[in-house]
Amino acid sequence: MSANTAPGVPLAAAPLKLKTLVTRVFVRAGILPWFLISCVLLLTLTTDSFLTGSNISTVARQATYLILAAVAQMLVLLTRGLDLSIGTMFAMGSVVTSMAMVATSPMGPAAAIALGMGAGMATCLVIGAANGIGVAYFNVPPFVMTLAMSSIVSGLAFYSTGGTPVYGLPYEFSEIFGYGKLFGIAVPVIVTAAVLVLVHLYVSWTRAGRYLYAIGGNPKASELSGIDTKFNLFMTYVVSSGITGISALLLTARLESGESNIGVEYPLMSIAACAIGGVSLFGGIGKLGNVVLGAVFIIFVQNGMNLLQLNSYLQMVVIGLLLILAIVADNYRLKLLARMAD
Amino acid sequence: MAQIVEPGDTARAAPRPPSSLEPHGPVDPAHAGAPLLRLEGITKRYPGTLALDSVDFDVRPGEVHVLFGENGAGKSTLIQTIAGVHRPSSGRIFLRGREVTLESVRHARTLGISAVFQEFSIVPQMTVEENLFLGDEPRRGGMLDKRAVRRMATEVLDRLGFELRPGQHALYLSRAEQQMVEIAKAFCTRPSVVILDEPTASLTERETERLFELIEQLKSEGIGIVYITHRMSEIQRIGDRITVLRDGRYIETLPVAGTTQERLVALMTGRVVDQIFPQIRSDPGEELLRLDGICASSGSETVLEDVSIRVRAGEVVGIAGLVGSGKSEIGRAAFGILRPDRGSIQLRGETVFDADAGIDRLGPRAMLDRGLIYVPPDRREEGLAMVLPARENMSLAALDLPGFSRGGLLRRSAEKRDVSAVAKRLALSPMNIERRAEHFSGGNQQKVLIGKALLRIGAQPEDARGRVVIFDEPTVGVDIGARMLIYRAMRDLCEAGAGVVLISSDLPEILHLAHRSYVMHRARLRADLPACETTEETVLSHFFDPETD
Repeated sequence: MSANTAPGVPLAAAPLKLKTLVTRVFVRAGILPWFLISCVLLLTLTTDSFLTGSNISTVARQATYLILAAVAQMLVLLTRGLDLSIGTMFAMGSVVTSMAMVATSPMGPAAAIALGMGAGMATCLVIGAANGIGVAYFNVPPFVMTLAMSSIVSGLAFYSTGGTPVYGLPYEFSEIFGYGKLFGIAVPVIVTAAVLVLVHLYVSWTRAGRYLYAIGGNPKASELSGIDTKFNLFMTYVVSSGITGISALLLTARLESGESNIGVEYPLMSIAACAIGGVSLFGGIGKLGNVVLGAVFIIFVQNGMNLLQLNSYLQMVVIGLLLILAIVADNYRLKLLARMAD
Repeated sequence: MAQIVEPGDTARAAPRPPSSLEPHGPVDPAHAGAPLLRLEGITKRYPGTLALDSVDFDVRPGEVHVLFGENGAGKSTLIQTIAGVHRPSSGRIFLRGREVTLESVRHARTLGISAVFQEFSIVPQMTVEENLFLGDEPRRGGMLDKRAVRRMATEVLDRLGFELRPGQHALYLSRAEQQMVEIAKAFCTRPSVVILDEPTASLTERETERLFELIEQLKSEGIGIVYITHRMSEIQRIGDRITVLRDGRYIETLPVAGTTQERLVALMTGRVVDQIFPQIRSDPGEELLRLDGICASSGSETVLEDVSIRVRAGEVVGIAGLVGSGKSEIGRAAFGILRPDRGSIQLRGETVFDADAGIDRLGPRAMLDRGLIYVPPDRREEGLAMVLPARENMSLAALDLPGFSRGGLLRRSAEKRDVSAVAKRLALSPMNIERRAEHFSGGNQQKVLIGKALLRIGAQPEDARGRVVIFDEPTVGVDIGARMLIYRAMRDLCEAGAGVVLISSDLPEILHLAHRSYVMHRARLRADLPACETTEETVLSHFFDPETD
């Protein structure tokens, strides 16, 4: 970005330098750095415990579930899609995993854990595949497809459990995947880090990943460029549901039970994390790192509000407001970017 | 009402029939025959650019005054100034001899200046009549006066001779009918000056004919028309005078009669034709592409009727015709994005489509693999992902080639190197391949689109041998510099042994670049002309219906 590219944006004059710098960072990186900085500052000043080691590690572990959900959402958003069924995937994944583990528990904990996780994972993949088929091959708008899917799946989850939690999971399941540590790091954090590395390779270094952006950027142009847009779209929903499935399994292990009412907040929270992280809801734009930071930011805010003992209903108000603010700020950013354009 | 007669121009002296199409307001007798509208030294400055630099312009009653120039020459800015969209930075506007300040589009309208812009302002969910009076609805006691709307809408449509039902929803109208609604909208206020911005761009030839009849009628009623077009044939057909703009500056005003196309192109571009169009050596080799008896339809409309064409290696084949004549569909059928109903297509001897033998179209992926590349006409719609960087756009169709990926993994440094090389060849400006496509100018966006095809073909000249590259309107909305580079890229492809197909509405392009030309007319192949017969007259003679038709 050179200094003389922006007609209409006042530059150069000495007192304006700080303002210019702020503008530049904002245009480059979006609203997120400012959100994060103000959040950390505010919480460090107003609470005693925010910057303590134990609180940080709690935040990191808590953040993993949302990070994974946000990454899953990002993949779909990149293709101009939307996944509102992400929450019910958590619920159904959790229920199926638990029921399968309970049913196979006579075979011993190892077999039960493996079969249960396999069943839960498969369930999420089937839901994702159904979304993908509807969106890619039957041209159902993603909004409608995944909204309907969330109704279907949620109904099935409640029907199959009667709304009561499924208990009796093998002790080792929670011991390892919920509370376990490896080299002093929580297992969910390690799993999440591994997934992030893979997703990074996928979106930045594979052809299929590049096609995500292309399809979201212009589906018609992608098709004329020889890309099988339908198949790629379908696969996006499958891969995305796989990532959600991993998160669902980790959360089930943490809760030590199968719950048909978990995950309700994830559609909104994952979209909020993406939007705050600069993912375009119109497709084609989004960076993995920023989405992760977006998710971390939301967890920060929640954690801070808990430390400040803010009413949980008011927390919902705050998250909603932040989502809107992020979108408004991003629109303004794009306008500045178009003017500075370099 | 004083008769409006241009001194020394008896052709315009036809007495005006008494009609309700009275131009707005009386003409000051002292100014009869003087310009209806006169602009003096109009300058429009935007931050960083001078869009109009002291331009003079006038419109006389009963004439069609053509505004001519390249994209970015300032035509749009000028008509927006006349229509009241924005005010000039300096300069004066006179309407019937009186100086006026145009406050807004609405104000210009009440003064009798109406514009029909290229972009439609129709709300599809509303009816024709609702659209006509949108923003200016007749009311009675605070409520919409629906009966008045119907009466006034019927009146204006009858007057213009448009066969549109006022109660019809705009959604179901064809593009031409929508255009008619736009025109009718301009006439709701009884204008004396009408601005038409490329009105035929989306019309079929029959509809174009209807529009020309309407324009003749308006002229006979003493209305002054400002007409923007890029088509030489239209200028010859309906223009009286022509004003050429270049880079925001006034160049010259000439009578249409007696002005040659070469002169216009030279005035428009500031260069002579030979500098714009490169000489392309033709060395026709083996036959690469062959369409036989192709028939195709889109909905209930026939878009191709028994079309057969041949493309050989080492030649540029032009396909001319009006919009809607089916010329674009030839390219789309060859690329496998339009499924013909009948006929067969062969690419380098291989049958890639045959309706009788039950061989279905292969689609873009397979055609690209077989060496046929189609460059779509609308870069925004089908060509580029605007939010992605130029680099990702340019490499998109080539990513599955071994040079760009291996086993599904991208080779990003190779990608960057090859994209940079092509960007340099096309003189992308600014030379920043990480910049988003949407932030480039139109001409440079087009370079990105052309670069995309070049990358698919490969960097080496010998990679082009035996390929078929179909350019569909490659220079629409492109400045002269970009145009020259695009032509040079086409020359390089052809001389390296590719078969180049140039589908274009720009006649000079076909005349100067193609070695052989086909002319499409109403979904049929009208003519197959060798280079020596490809002149403006012969091509144009096939554009329209014969006089006796």
